[in-house]
Amino acid sequence: MLKTRVVGVLVIKNGIVVQSIQFKRYLPVGRVSIAVEYLNRWGIDDIVLLDMDATPRDCSPNFEKIREYSRFCQVPLTVGGGVRSVKDMENLLHSGADRIALNAAAIGNPQLISEGARLFGKQCMVASIDVRRKPDGSHEVFSHSGTRPTGQSPAILARQLEEQGAGEILLTSIDNDGMKQGFDLELIQQVADAVDIPLVACGGAGHPRHLLEACKLGISGVAAGNFYHYTEHSVIVAKSFLHAAGVNVRLDSFVTYDDCHFDNDGRVARISDETLDKLRFKVIPEEVI
Amino acid sequence: MKPRICIIDYGMGNTQSVANAIEYLGADYLISSRREDIQASTALILPGVGAFAAAMENLRRLELPDLLTDVVVGQGKPFLGICLGMQLLARDSVELGLHSGLGWLEGHVIAFEPSHDVRIPHVGWNNCHIRKQDPLFSNLAEDAHFYFDHSYHLTCPHELVSATFDYGGHFVASVQKNNIFATQFHPEKSQRHGLKLLRNFLNFAASASGKIAQDGEPC
Repeated sequence: MLKTRVVGVLVIKNGIVVQSIQFKRYLPVGRVSIAVEYLNRWGIDDIVLLDMDATPRDCSPNFEKIREYSRFCQVPLTVGGGVRSVKDMENLLHSGADRIALNAAAIGNPQLISEGARLFGKQCMVASIDVRRKPDGSHEVFSHSGTRPTGQSPAILARQLEEQGAGEILLTSIDNDGMKQGFDLELIQQVADAVDIPLVACGGAGHPRHLLEACKLGISGVAAGNFYHYTEHSVIVAKSFLHAAGVNVRLDSFVTYDDCHFDNDGRVARISDETLDKLRFKVIPEEVI
Repeated sequence: MKPRICIIDYGMGNTQSVANAIEYLGADYLISSRREDIQASTALILPGVGAFAAAMENLRRLELPDLLTDVVVGQGKPFLGICLGMQLLARDSVELGLHSGLGWLEGHVIAFEPSHDVRIPHVGWNNCHIRKQDPLFSNLAEDAHFYFDHSYHLTCPHELVSATFDYGGHFVASVQKNNIFATQFHPEKSQRHGLKLLRNFLNFAASASGKIAQDGEPC
């Protein structure tokens, strides 16, 4: 059966990967091509590159840069930020992108998603929706990196975008982003019930159990950005945790972390001295393809 | 002779992704839609991220259908179709209206039944059930997983199918007919397993081009 995807989101600002906190504060992480290469090696299932600079500056994506970033990416690469025309989409697909993410463009110009789906198929169109919780507890969609309120409800908008030709929804909670306190499960449930296309949720992962909570809602993928940057072997660790909890994830690594425990920060807990004593070196020859 | 792969550029494939994978494997490649390049290369890859009708329209505009049929079906040049590049080999597709394809395979492209209790499009990593290991799936586990991303699927005669996948029913994951190979999944985006599959295709292309050269035919 189809596996639940563990997705890595890389937010790019001023040409580098940043850690984003509620779309307000940004901390530098490092070079994009290195982040892509590492996520790829750690066995991520899907990478989403979001360029925060393009739309505010009103310019198209930087195709040459995407070409450079995609070079060592052997998993699907979704690229978003600044896509304003089908020509932009075509150029992205020729520069190493496999799918196109639309946010402001999808909301401001719904024709674009229909036109993209007509040319490139709906499976190529990812609609990215950023959501804030209002004081009364309801949810509202924001565009332009969370700066512009749209007055729309996420579930209704997601349904509309599906009808217009989106093949997947990437749903991000702005309030939970970078807070490491878990996903907005209520929001995810609302949107999951509203659409029949795949849904990937993002925003708030700080511990593998947060990914598990979201997986249990029956969505197609769980995404995280910051969570992967500062934890050793984070992707493999997260997948081992999900696998042990019965989630059908893709495991493709010799390192399994089968017997590990996690501390409250979601890091692998220290292994006892007795276990370490029993460990033996195991040589696994590098596979030549 | 080192094979030279032509990745066919018809305006709507993820050509750079395929090129990245081929480059990783150290093979010689070019991305082109020119007649000379297609005729001179030892093997062809038809990538695909797109809608069926728009893709056929682009192929026709570039005058590629007859050329490809001649080179692949007529001369037996090794060919790999990926995703939409597989669906285009069918007789027809119902994606956004009924449209005719290249017609190399007795098959039709149809939509997933909406009655299935699954989300459509079929996106993500899924296991294959491999029926014919040789040559494309050699050195791969019988249930190897690959990355899929599609809303429509191919139906074709049983004997052409080399692998299937399970998504609320069994569907065609890959086909093979003599020198023609095609996969519904994206080997260029399926990490180790995908790279192994592409390596198998390159090896097939190398041995096939050797045979053609021995027979004294130009390739």
